[in-house]
Formats: sequence, structure tokens, C-alpha cells
Amino acid sequence: MIAAPAASPIEGVVVEAVDLHKSFGAGPARVAALRALGASVHRGGITGLVGPDGAGKTTFLRLVAGLLLPDAGTLRVLGIDAAEEAERLRGRVGYMPQRFGLYEDLSVAENLDLYADLYGLPPTERESRFAELKEFTGLGPFGSRLAGRLSGGMKQKLGLACTLVHPPELLLLDEPSVGVDPISRRELWQIVLRLTSGGMSVVWSTAYQDEAERCDEVIVLHEGQVLAAGRPAELLEPVRGRGFALAVPPAQRRRVARRAKSLPGVLDAVVQGSRVRVLMADGARCPEPREILPEADGLPDRLAPVAPRFEDAFVALLHERTSRMTPPVSTADSGFAPVSAERASRDDAVIEIRDLTRVFGDFRAVDRVSFEVARGEVFGLLGPNGAGKSTTFRMLCGLLPPSSGAARVLGIDLRRSAPRARARIGYMSQKFSLYGVLSVEQNLRFFGSAYGLGGARQRARIAWALEAFGLGPLVERTSDDLPLGFKQRLALGAALLHEPEILFLDEPTSGVDPLTRREFWDRINGLAEAGVTVMVTTHFLDEAEYCDRLGIIYRGQLIALGSPDELKQRYRTPDRPDPTLDDAFVALIEAHEQEHPQ
Amino acid sequence: MNAHGRAGARRMRLRGLLRKEVLQILRDPSSIAIAFVLPVVLLLLFGYGISLDARKVPVALVVESPTAETASFTASFFHSPYFEPRAHFDRRGAEEALFDGDVAAVVVLRSDFSRRLYGPRGAPIQVLVNGTDANTARLISGYIDGAWRAWLDQVARDSGIRLAAPVTIESRVWFNAAVRSRNFLVPGLIAIIMTLIGALLTALVVAREWERGTMEALLVTPVTTSELLLGKVVPYFVLGMGGMALSVVMAIALFDVPFRGSFLVLTLSSALFLLAALGMGLLISTVSKNQFVAGQIAIIVTFLPAFILSGFIFDIESMPRAVQWITHVIAARYFVAIVQTIFLAGNVWSVIVPNALALAAMAVFFLGMTRRRTLKRLE
Repeated sequence: MIAAPAASPIEGVVVEAVDLHKSFGAGPARVAALRALGASVHRGGITGLVGPDGAGKTTFLRLVAGLLLPDAGTLRVLGIDAAEEAERLRGRVGYMPQRFGLYEDLSVAENLDLYADLYGLPPTERESRFAELKEFTGLGPFGSRLAGRLSGGMKQKLGLACTLVHPPELLLLDEPSVGVDPISRRELWQIVLRLTSGGMSVVWSTAYQDEAERCDEVIVLHEGQVLAAGRPAELLEPVRGRGFALAVPPAQRRRVARRAKSLPGVLDAVVQGSRVRVLMADGARCPEPREILPEADGLPDRLAPVAPRFEDAFVALLHERTSRMTPPVSTADSGFAPVSAERASRDDAVIEIRDLTRVFGDFRAVDRVSFEVARGEVFGLLGPNGAGKSTTFRMLCGLLPPSSGAARVLGIDLRRSAPRARARIGYMSQKFSLYGVLSVEQNLRFFGSAYGLGGARQRARIAWALEAFGLGPLVERTSDDLPLGFKQRLALGAALLHEPEILFLDEPTSGVDPLTRREFWDRINGLAEAGVTVMVTTHFLDEAEYCDRLGIIYRGQLIALGSPDELKQRYRTPDRPDPTLDDAFVALIEAHEQEHPQ
Repeated sequence: MNAHGRAGARRMRLRGLLRKEVLQILRDPSSIAIAFVLPVVLLLLFGYGISLDARKVPVALVVESPTAETASFTASFFHSPYFEPRAHFDRRGAEEALFDGDVAAVVVLRSDFSRRLYGPRGAPIQVLVNGTDANTARLISGYIDGAWRAWLDQVARDSGIRLAAPVTIESRVWFNAAVRSRNFLVPGLIAIIMTLIGALLTALVVAREWERGTMEALLVTPVTTSELLLGKVVPYFVLGMGGMALSVVMAIALFDVPFRGSFLVLTLSSALFLLAALGMGLLISTVSKNQFVAGQIAIIVTFLPAFILSGFIFDIESMPRAVQWITHVIAARYFVAIVQTIFLAGNVWSVIVPNALALAAMAVFFLGMTRRRTLKRLE
């Protein structure tokens, strides 16, 4: 067992931050990362640091690790002033940065050796410590493999093993589970649990709400401040009894969710598989099923209560705090021309791929993947980083020729005339692909011209985008200066200028806060109702529930295909009557591993 | 921890960093390319491909009235390795050839050449040179002048008559008697190659650590700033000295460049220059934590000046005064002077010592700045 060294002078608290300020940049470009942050981390257990990108998670961890100096405020780590005596923290605080801090051109054993040298681990102790770490992390068989050749999950474990060569009293993990498959995520969690039971204190930063629920304590960060802190159960308390769900016919769920959201007292309404889940404002009356679904027959008497989720608490907190009034999104007036009648025969497949394969050298990035997507469908591709999602996307967008197999988009054979298909699809990537120094309007004009829109039509479409996405007041701002949520809106607006029939979204919501994500999905749902086909990749499993159908990609192969409910039902067991999508995902991968050992 | 334990831990950390760096160099094709392939390519290119000498210059000879004397004069051109003469009988044809670029110069022997040759004021010749490339023009007119004088001497000796000529200059070229440009280009290249390894490669590999997030992970370990810097300086110092040795061997064995000084002096002054270059590379990477920007800066502030302003190709003395002043802040300038001196002239202390002192000052300055700028923090 890897145990932390003996306790430090201040019992109970390992990190104590008071009125902490930190800004980056200078002049008008100065950005406040932390604003009067006050928080404490208790000894032992896992403290979750939860928040969207830009909330200040990484800045806080770097301050705790002594890698940055605070502008103002005090920060005591293990009883030491982290600003004054950062050197005394070396070796006592372990830190795994987002990209794990591994040398990719060094092997597993060489990476471990390097960190053993840096931490001064005597050679006599190495063999037993390495054996222990390898057993602990399952890295045993991979000693001579280059770190760059490991899967995301393995890299993450090696990164952890390197920081554990010399067990620290306090371990800081910066988003260790991003882009990692769900099995590796669970294994990592087990490893960290074992560490904390040995007395180590762990701070785990994450953007995933489901991870927050499993922490011993949680600090919720938003825009550089603490939104809430405490045990997950305490944080859930305010939203307890405020969540309800209603089963709805699949074809109507998006419309129903939208209607539910417009009812008084409803804070949040989202699609969850075949149900619509609502969160009520504090003290508000839960609406009758009839208010939500007026035309339906055989409705239950009332909505079924559901257990609160961490995300509910976050959404409620954000609503309480921000007076931000996001203009309600409705698609009826979105100005997005519904797909014309002759094209809109509902059941035709707009994407058909058969045995699609892409090979890079001796690596099969995509291996005989087949599926069809119908018009107006929201289709999600799920899988860990490196599984082949982006490669599939690039082939479907006509950006990368397939090695073999057939791919037809809108009836056009991609192997023959990809450019023709490209004119009718829209693409928005995770990085938004905006020109940072151009203003909102200049970006839209550029993308309009790039899609061949000119003259009056271009002006009309830009006017539409500014109006529909609430960008009007920001039209002169450069896109670099926009907050993340507005960048996302602008990117989506740019991708929709030419009224594409299919919209490809590559991890469009990674790093944005739950409210912004909801707003984004409201727009996507509106587009789907107008007949636009949407293909999306995501890491958020609750977002996967918004999709009509899901394809799960693992190591280049499509290992499952179906609606979220179908996928979950397949893995219903007596001891797991209501499996989550995460459970289903794990079960699928385990089954696949057994059939196709690596 | 006792003193012995602390020293042991320090040694262990340094050893770990060094081993890591060596493994990375061995496994990274781009390091190998910059350290070993680029020097060979540059040496071959400059050794064989580029020559600042004029050989077989096409020259039009216009003889307006052929006599025994003009025949003797033109024969001296035909026998010279520097010229490829073509006979013309009138100026117009020769001038057309000059316009068309078929010849680089025209030499005109007027019809009264033979008559005036033995006269009191001598016979003039007219020389027209294509001046589009000033350096080459100067070179060619010098060659023609030389050939003219040599011929006059010959005639005088043969006839026993002292002939009149405007001025008589007897020049001897020292140190590079054959006036082979290769002899000073190849030693100068050593400075360029060491700049590449010392500054460009080092700036890139440190920026890479920032980019990949490994620096962040290193900074939270007990490693100290000096150890981090030593861990970078030592491997690239060895690599740079390797590049130097490779260039010296190629210079002597392949290009027959004379080597008149001592290897020890060359090694010591190379070490000084390399330390200055490493200091620049490390300093650049503390300013820019991005490989692309670090590479650009390194090329603009170290490599290009070393190429253009070090006196490696272009003579510093003939630069405008303001530019001459700028060359004083370029380390390569001092090193090029030392290397060319050691190769071509020998251990000339009056050249080597002041230049070596300048290099030592620059090495101390850059490494010191780097030491001060590198904090164990991210900003």
C-alpha cells in the first residue's frame, strides 16, 4: 500500500485559501482568473474541484503547487505559505498537469526512472516501489513501451504513477479523466480511493458533474469564485424534491422539453432518454402532466419524482446567482428555412456509411464502421479520445478520403465528389475555428463568403445570425474578446450561414458551463425540429441522452448502435435496475475487450 | 538530510535529467537532423557548391589590328585558368556579347596598340566590365589588370626594354595564397553549425517541454533551477562540440583547408562560443514557451546574424559603419575571426585573445541572464 507520510502540523486542513486573487495579462487584456477566492481542503479523502473551463480550476491548482504566485490573499498549503516558501512544498505536494507531464519519447520504465531520480528515491528501494506502482496501475506489461504509444487511460495512469514515485501528502490532479474511456476513469477512481484510504489528501479537478457526486467534498468554482462548497449530499439538499420526470413519445421529446421549460417555476427541462426531466425553482409547484403534454391521452396523474443530481444543484446555483437573462430560443422564429418539401421525405437516410475504414500506416483509425442517419435525426458518436470519432467525422465532412468502404452523404458519394457534399453541410469544431482578431461581423462575412454567399443573401443571413444568436450588441467585438459561450454561439452561427442540411458538431460543448450547454442544446433541438440532421460527438454522457441514437466507437470499431434507452436496457441487471449510460458504456467495452483481446 | 545525502540526491537528479535528455536526443529525428545532418549538408554546400572565386571568366578580346604583340597578349589570356577568352574583330560585336551576358568583360586593343607599346607613355588597353554584380566586377577587373601587368613584365624581360606602365604593384596574398574562398568559408561554417545546435536546437527543446506540459511536472519536483539548466546545457554542449569536431575533420580531410594553429586553442575557444550560444538559446526559450515562436526568434537573432554579420561571408570592414557597430553584439563575429585565424594563420594571440575575452563575456552574460530569468514558476 502506498501510504502518505505522517501528518503535518495543522490537523484537518491541508489547503487554506483566503481572499485569493490572480490575474493574467496586462492592460485591457488583463483577465481575472481568481477573484477573492476563499476555500479550504480537508485532510484525507477526495476533494472535487468542479467547474467549467475558465472557472479557475487550473490556476488554483497551480497556486497550491507553488507554480504561480497569488496577486493578493494568503494561501497556506500543509501549513506552509505557498507564496513565500514554495520550495518547501517540493516533494510534499504531487501535481499531475492536464497532459500528465510525461515524456512521450521515453518508455514507461524510463519515465518512472526519471521521476525516481528527481525525487531522490534510493536505488535499493526502486525495484519494490516500481513493482508496487505497476501492480497498482496495471502498467506491468508495458515497461518498455514508449509513453507516447500508450492509450489515453494508460498515459493517465503512468502520469499518476510518476507523481506517486515519492508519495506526496497532498496530490493535485488536474482534469485527469478528460478524454479517457469510462473503464479507465473508473480504474483511476479506484486507485485514488486506495490512496486516500492510505491517508493521502487528493484534489481532483473536473468538469464532469457525475464525478463531483462521488467526491468526499466538493468546491464548485465559477468565474474565479467559489459558488458553493461542502459534501455532495449537502449541496444536493437544496434541490432535493425539486426534480421530476415524465415519459414522452420519442418523436415529441424535444418539443415537450421546450414547452416544459417555458412553464412558470421550471428552472430546467432536459431530455433524458425517453423521458423529459424537469427541475423546479425553490418552492414552485410541479406542473401537471397535462400542462406539459396537452394533446396526449392516458397521462399519469403527476410527474414522477426523481433523485437530485449534482448538475441540478449546479444549475440551481447558477440561476440563483446570475441575473443573466438569456433570450429564450425558439426555432419557429429562428429564420432557419426548414428543409424544402421535396427533400424532406422524413425517412430517407442522409448519411449512409458501409464498412468505412481509414488506415494510417499500420494503424486502423476507423475499422469497418457502418451506420445510417435519417433526416432530422440527432445522432451522437461516443468514445474515448483516439477511438476514431474525429477521423470518422473528417471523412464524413469530405476532409479525409476513406481508405476503403462506401460513404454517401445526402446521396453524394464522398469518394467521387466530396466538394459538392461539403457545400451542403456545416461543421463546428471544439476549437470553434474562429479568427480571433476579426470582429463578430467580419468572422460572419468571411465564413459567408467562404460558403459562396454574396450580396443581399449574405447580408440577410448575417442579419439572421446576429439576431438569432443574440450577437447584435457584440458585433464590433473581436472574437478573442468574447466569453466562451458567445464564441460558441458565433461558431454555430457561422456554421449555419449557408443553411446546411447536416450539421457536424465535434465536441461543441466541452468546457462550457451547464447553463450555456443547455442554451446550446436548445438551439440544436430547434434545428433538428426544422429538419436539419445533427451529428455530434461529446464527452458528457448526460448530453448523449439528448440524442435520438448513439453509436459507440472504441478502438476504431463501432461496438454498439441504438437509442440511449435501448443501450441502457441491454445492461439492466437485478442489482442494477436503472443503469446509467456510463454503466452501459463500461459493460459494452468490457464485453468488447473479452471478444477482442488487445 | 546530511550534507552527503543532499549532494547524493543532487547528483541523482542531475543524472536523471541528463539521461532523459540524451534519450530524447537519440529518439527525436529532428534533433539528429539539426545536429548531424544539417552540418554535413551545409559543409558540402559551401565547400563544393558556393565559390566566391572567379574562374574561367568569359572575356571578349577585341583586336582591332592584329600584330605579333597582340597575338602574344591574347595568347596569355588563352593560357590563363581565370579566363575563357573569345576573339572579336570589332567593338560592336563584343559589346553586344556583353549586353547579352555572353561575356563578363571586354578587353579592347586599339589599332595603335603595337605602335604605342614601346613608346614613352605605353599602350593603353580598354576594359569594359559588367558591373551588375559589383563584387564579381571588381574581381574580374583585378584579374584582367593582373594579367595585363604580367604580360608587360614578360615582354619587358624578353625584349630587355623597360616598358612604361602606370603603376607597378607587386602583391602577395598571405595566409590563403591560392585565394580559395573555400579556405575561409569552411572554417566560418563551424560557427554557423554551432549556432544552430547551441541556440536553435536548445531553444526548441526547452520550448517543447513547456508546450507538452512536462516542464510543469518537473517544476513541482525537488529539482533546482541550476540542475534544470545544467541538464540542458551539458547534453547540447557535448552535441555542439561534436558538430565542431565533425566540421573540423571534414574541413581538413575533405576540403584540404590548411590548419596552422593548435587544436587545443580551437577547442577552448569553441567551448566559449558554444556556452554563449547555449545561453542565447536558453534565454530565448524562457521568453517564448512555444516551439514555433522560439524557433523564429532563434533564427532571427542568432542564426541570420551569424550568417550575415559575422564576417563569415561578407567582410565586416566593408560594411557601413553603423552595421559594423551592430556586429559587435554578435558572438559569431568573434568566433569566426578566431576560427579563420587558427585555420589559416595559426595561433595569432593578438587576434585570438581579445576575441576569446569577448566570447567569455557574452557567455557569462547570457548564461547569467538565463539563470536569473528561470524561476521555478510558470510566469
